[in-house]
Amino acid sequence: MPDLGLEVLLKGSNIMRLLAGLWVALRISLISVAGSIPIGIILGTLMTGRNIVLKAILKIYLEFIRIMPQLVLLFIVFFGSTRMFGWQPTGEVSAVIVFTLWGAAEMSDLVRGALISIPLHQYESSEALGLSKTQTYWYIIIPQTLRRLIPLSINLITRMIKTTSLILMIGVVEIMKVAQQIIEANRRSSPTAAFGVYLVVFLLYFLACWPISLLAKYLERKWR
Amino acid sequence: MKNLNRIAAIGLALTITLGLTACSGASTASTNGSAEPADTASSGDETYRTLDEIKESGEINIGVFSDKSPFGYVDENGDYQGYDVYFADKLAEDLGVKANYISTEAANRIEYLQTGKVDVILANFTVTDERKEEVDFALPYMNVSLGVVSPSDSEVTSLDNLTKNAPVIVISGTTAETYLIENYPDLTLQKYDTYANAKNALENGNGVAWVNDNTEVIAFAKDNSGFKVGIPSLGSNDTIAPAVTKGNATLLDWVNKEIQTLGKDQFFHKDYEETLVDTYGADYEEELVVEGGKTK
Repeated sequence: MPDLGLEVLLKGSNIMRLLAGLWVALRISLISVAGSIPIGIILGTLMTGRNIVLKAILKIYLEFIRIMPQLVLLFIVFFGSTRMFGWQPTGEVSAVIVFTLWGAAEMSDLVRGALISIPLHQYESSEALGLSKTQTYWYIIIPQTLRRLIPLSINLITRMIKTTSLILMIGVVEIMKVAQQIIEANRRSSPTAAFGVYLVVFLLYFLACWPISLLAKYLERKWR
Repeated sequence: MKNLNRIAAIGLALTITLGLTACSGASTASTNGSAEPADTASSGDETYRTLDEIKESGEINIGVFSDKSPFGYVDENGDYQGYDVYFADKLAEDLGVKANYISTEAANRIEYLQTGKVDVILANFTVTDERKEEVDFALPYMNVSLGVVSPSDSEVTSLDNLTKNAPVIVISGTTAETYLIENYPDLTLQKYDTYANAKNALENGNGVAWVNDNTEVIAFAKDNSGFKVGIPSLGSNDTIAPAVTKGNATLLDWVNKEIQTLGKDQFFHKDYEETLVDTYGADYEEELVVEGGKTK
């Protein structure tokens, strides 16, 4: 067993600090997920509509967010908004804004893709069966769309959780930053601690993302 | 990754240009939230807070490193510690306000000052000409330069008479590398990517000496018997100083006066003895500490 330097985690309140850091990361990503899913569904539905101007605007929004690295978006919101408008958003608020904008953009494209993947004959068949438009959507289209969306959105949600490791650049002390602080504070007494601490961070991220994957698997099976 | 960096740079440049053009009309609004720096509102168009505004708010926002032991780090109880923080605590105490520490990174220190998100940066900030254009530096409180460490039995005390067959170890991308290429073009450099690899190389005798920041080599020699710092300061002597937002004259003057006053009580020597002596030993105190803002 190599020396993982895990004893540094037992010093003082280090474990609690790490867990508090995980909570910061989860809180920011879950608030953003809760915001971006409904916005994404609305935008995605609009993208399949007929309004060309609206579609063009949404397309530009999507491409802009998708091309920009998240770090640049974080800097634009955190520092840029102060320079341009004199706003002083906190690091956490900036992170939620960026992650919601990003999540909504990605989600809208997933919703658009899922919607157009439902073949036209599904609509025609239900019409032939005498279902109204609302009934068609409620009983035929939405259930199928949702099932197709689940694996895709889980992928997005876990990506959002993992990307919170960037927000240390705008001064938010989350799990990665706490890990670096612990490693550095013990650089001389336990020089090998980096491996052990990052291993624990990996486990914590895993424990946070695993239930989400399980839920997805359950839902997929239930809605088959 | 290179591409990402380039895009990031372009994006930043864009925001900065946009910001500068829009800046003239900007007035700094304040919002009240729990985890945010104390009220950053200011009178007039400036992004920074004057000395009086800081005193009034009862809190000074200080940008420090939270993972650069022993200068600025967070201990196991979650408290900020280190040479920079020891000084920051004193600043806040003498100003009669509470210190609100904000964790900064090397790459965003200037941005934090320019947007008024911190009042002072005390994050081991080396004074350079380029940075002077962006922020205002106060008087220095520490020296940094390069140092050379080598095995005790074949100590290198000068780089001038090293031959081509005596490679010198450096870490790529550091100031040490740039300095050696410029000033000692005839030296054979052996470059490593990480601290750990360079350390192994020196221990295995791949090179005759290792050139790095003098704080790093001093700490290395102290931790590893059989190695000695042959040249404790090489090349141009740089200094570390507090920085404030450009134009924040009231705060700058106060910090300068404070550093001069503290010099009378040998405050930074005490700071060194409290925070750095474990890492660097007592031998280098005079080498590293700048007292009262006066460099030798």
